[in-house]
Amino acid sequence: MPAENTANPKTIVPEIIAPKIVVRDLSFYYGDYCALKNINLSIAEKMVTAFIGPSGCGKSTLLRTFNRMYQLYPKQKATGEILLDGDNILDKKQDLNNLRAKIGMVFQKPTPFPMSIYDNIAFGVKLYESLNKNDMDERVEWALRKAALWTEAKDKLRQSGTGLSGGQQQRLCIARAIAVKPQVLLLDEPTSALDPISTAHIEKLIDELKEDFTIVIVTHNMQQAARVSDYTAYMYLGDLIEFGDTSTVFTNPKRKETEDYITGRFG
Amino acid sequence: MPTFLREASLKRHTVLDLLFRNLTRVSAFGVLMLLVAIIASLIVGSMPAIRAFGFGFLTSSEWDPVNDQFGALIPIVGTLVTSAIALLIAIPVSFGIAIFLTELSPRILRRPLGVAIELLAGIPSIIYGMWGLFIFAPLFAERIEPWLSAHIGTMPYIGPLFSGPPMGIGVLTAGIILAIMVIPFIASVMRDVFEVVPTLLKESAYGLGATTWEVMWKVVLPYTKVGVAGGIMLGLGRALGETMAVTFVIGNSHELSKSLLMPGNSIASALANEFTEAYGGVYTSALIELGLILFFITFVVLSLARYMLFKLGQREGQVT
Amino acid sequence: MNVMPSLYTRRRIINATGLAISMLAMAFGLFWLCWILWTLLEHGLHALTPLVFAQMTPPPGSGGGLLNAIAGSLAMTLVGTLIGTPIGILAGTYLAEFGQRGWLAPVTRFINDVLLSAPSIVIGLFVYEVYVIRVKHFSGWAGALALSIIVIPIVIRTTENMLRLVPTTLREAAAALGAPQWKIINFITLRAARAGIITGVMLAIARISGETAPLLFTALNNQFWSSNMDQPMANLPVVIFQFAMSPYEDWQKLAWAGALLITLSVLTLNILARVLFRQKAASH
Repeated sequence: MPAENTANPKTIVPEIIAPKIVVRDLSFYYGDYCALKNINLSIAEKMVTAFIGPSGCGKSTLLRTFNRMYQLYPKQKATGEILLDGDNILDKKQDLNNLRAKIGMVFQKPTPFPMSIYDNIAFGVKLYESLNKNDMDERVEWALRKAALWTEAKDKLRQSGTGLSGGQQQRLCIARAIAVKPQVLLLDEPTSALDPISTAHIEKLIDELKEDFTIVIVTHNMQQAARVSDYTAYMYLGDLIEFGDTSTVFTNPKRKETEDYITGRFG
Repeated sequence: MPTFLREASLKRHTVLDLLFRNLTRVSAFGVLMLLVAIIASLIVGSMPAIRAFGFGFLTSSEWDPVNDQFGALIPIVGTLVTSAIALLIAIPVSFGIAIFLTELSPRILRRPLGVAIELLAGIPSIIYGMWGLFIFAPLFAERIEPWLSAHIGTMPYIGPLFSGPPMGIGVLTAGIILAIMVIPFIASVMRDVFEVVPTLLKESAYGLGATTWEVMWKVVLPYTKVGVAGGIMLGLGRALGETMAVTFVIGNSHELSKSLLMPGNSIASALANEFTEAYGGVYTSALIELGLILFFITFVVLSLARYMLFKLGQREGQVT
Repeated sequence: MNVMPSLYTRRRIINATGLAISMLAMAFGLFWLCWILWTLLEHGLHALTPLVFAQMTPPPGSGGGLLNAIAGSLAMTLVGTLIGTPIGILAGTYLAEFGQRGWLAPVTRFINDVLLSAPSIVIGLFVYEVYVIRVKHFSGWAGALALSIIVIPIVIRTTENMLRLVPTTLREAAAALGAPQWKIINFITLRAARAGIITGVMLAIARISGETAPLLFTALNNQFWSSNMDQPMANLPVVIFQFAMSPYEDWQKLAWAGALLITLSVLTLNILARVLFRQKAASH
C-alpha cells in the first residue's frame, strides 16, 4: 500500500474525552520483525480498556510498551510516541523505575515474590516511600482490602505468599501493584491461569478498581472483554483493526474482520 | 507522597544500580584474569627450562635431576596412554549405564541409581588411588596379570604390550583406576544428553515398531552424537589432569617401556611426587613446564568438549 | 502381516543382547562403588577410634590421631569457601542477569566451564608461583587460596543456572513496581534461587574437602597442631597421601581412618545437598 504515513487509514478510532494515555504512530520491533504497525489509540482515564485478538496479534506487546517492560531484553525497540498525561514515555530521558512506579502491571500467571504476604506488598512501597510501621500496616491492609484478599489473608500476613491458592496469589499480585498507588494498572491476561470462580472474583475486582485507576486489560476471552471493559480494541497481526465503545464493538462492529472474530467465525 | 523524597530515592537507586552492576562485572572479569594469570605464571615459571631445553623438552625421554637434564616425553606418553586406556574401558560402560538409566530402569530405581552414579563421581580421587594401591593392585598382580602375560603377551604385535613381571602397579593399573573414576562423569553427562531427546521423536520410532536398542542406537545416539562426544571429551579432560588416583598406582618410573604392565609416569604424578623435593632452578622449572603442557592439553580438550555440548544445546533450541 | 520371521528374531536377539549388556554395565558401575565403600568401611571402621579425634599425627612407628589434620582441613575449607563463594555468586549473577549484551559474558562463561574441570594440580602450581614463592614459605593461607580457586567456577556455574530457572515473570513483576535492578536481583531473584545456590556451595565444599593435589605445594603438611594459617598446615588429604605411601603400619591404619572420614563427609554433603534442593524445589 503506497503512501501510508501517519495514521493507519484502516483503523477506526473514536474520540476520547480526557485520555490518560495517547498512543501515536507506535511501531514495535523484535529485532527485524515488526510486531506492531503504526498504532494510534487513546486510553480513557478511570475506565477499562480491553485489547482482544488472536494469539500473536500484538496485544500483549502493545501493553508491554506502556511500562517499557520490553527494555529488559536486547533487540526489542519501539518507535512513535506514547503520551502519559502529555509526557512521552518512550523518551530516552524517561526514568524507567519512576515510570513503572506510576504504571502498575499484573501478569498472566501469579508471580508472588519468595517472601511473606506482608513483605510482598511492602516491597514496592518501600522503594519510594519511607513509611513508619503503622502507616505501612495501614497501607498493606488498604491494598489487601482493595484486592478483596484481606479477610482471607489477615491471619497469615507473615506466611509465604507462595502458599496461597492460584486465585489468591493473583489477587495478592494485584494488591502488590496497587499498594504503590499507580495511576494506571496494566493487566496481561490476568485470569488465564485461574479457575472460573477466581476469574469471577478478579472481574468483580476490576469493576471496583476502575474508580481509582485507569485500567488496560489484555484478554483472549471475548466474553471477559465484553463483561469488564468500557472500550475495546481489536487487533490482528500487529494492526489495530477496530477500536471503540465495547458495546458498539460487540453488537455493531464497523468492520467485517472484527465481526468474524467476535462471532467466532475466525480465531 | 512528597516529590523530594521520591527524587532522592530515584537518585540513590540509580547510583546503587551502577555500583552493583559493576561489582558483578568486575567479578566476572576476575575469572578471565584468573585464567590469564594462571597461564602467565606457568609460562614465567617454566622460562628457565624452556631456555635450557627448547622444543627438545617435548621429545627427550631423559629425566636426570642430578645432571639437570630433563625431557617430558615419558610423562606425556604416560598421561596420554593412561587416559586412552581409561576411555577405552569407560566409553562402552558409560553408554550402557546411560541407556539403562534413561530407558530400561524401572521408574522407582531410576533416581536412586542415578544418584548412586553421581555419588561415585563425588568420591575424592585420593580414595580411588589408595584403594587401587592397597586392594586392586595386589589382586591384579596375583590373578589378572600372570594370565595376561601368559596368554596375550605371547601374541604377535600386541604381545609386547602385555609382557613383563606381574607387579600390580603400572600403566595398565593406572588406566583401569582412571576408568573407574571417569565412568560416572561420562555416564551422567550421557544420561543428561539422552534426556534432551524429544519424547515425540522416540515415540515415533517406537511407533514404527523399533526395539529399545534400535531406538537408542539409530535415533537417540545419532541425534545426540555431538553431546555424547562432548561428554567423552569432558571425561578425557578429567583423566588427563587426574593426580591422586594415578600417583598411587602408576609406579613413578622415568623409564620408557613398551609394556603396559611396567611402571611409568604421568605429568600430574611427576608433579605430585617431585615438586616439593625439587630445590633447583631448572628442576623446578622443568616441572612447571610439565604443568604448562598439561594445562595446555586439557585446555584444548575441554574447549572442544564445551564446544560440542554447546552445539547440541543449540540444536535442541532449534527443535523445540 | 508378512514379516520375515528370521529378520524379526534377529532384531529381537540384538535387542535383548544390547539391553543385557547395558544392565551389566550398570551392575559394573555399582560394583565398584560397593567394593570401594566396603573396603573403606572394613579398614577404616576399626582404625577410627576416639583417639583419632584426640591426638596429633604421630611420628613413624607410634600411635596417634588426626586431630591437627582434621582441624587444618576444616580451617582451609572454611576460608576457601568464604573467599570463593561471594566472588562466584557475583560473577554468576553477572552472567545470568547482565550478560545478554557484550562479549564479556560469553567469554567468561566459556573460560569458567574450562576452569571447572581444569586439573587441580595446576591450580596448586599457580598458587605456588604467585603466593608461596613471594612469601617464601608454605602456608595455610596458600592452601585456602588454592581451594577458593576451585570453589569459584562451581559456584558461578550453579548460581547462573539457578538464576536462569527463576521465571522471567518474577523479574518483570518486580520491575513493573519500579524496583531498580540491584534490588530486584538481591531481594527477588537471588532469594528465589537461594536453595539452588546453597546446594551449589555445598557441592563445592564436598569437592574441596577431598582435594589433595592443590594442597601438596601450598599448605604442605605439619606434624603438629597449628592454629596459625601463615604456617604450613596439616590437612587430611595430604596426611592420607603421605601415610598411605609410607611403609609403617600405624600410619597406613591412620590413612584408612582418614579416608573413611573424608569419604563419609563428602557423601553426606552430597546427599544433604540433594535432599535440601529437592525439598526446596518441591515447596515452590
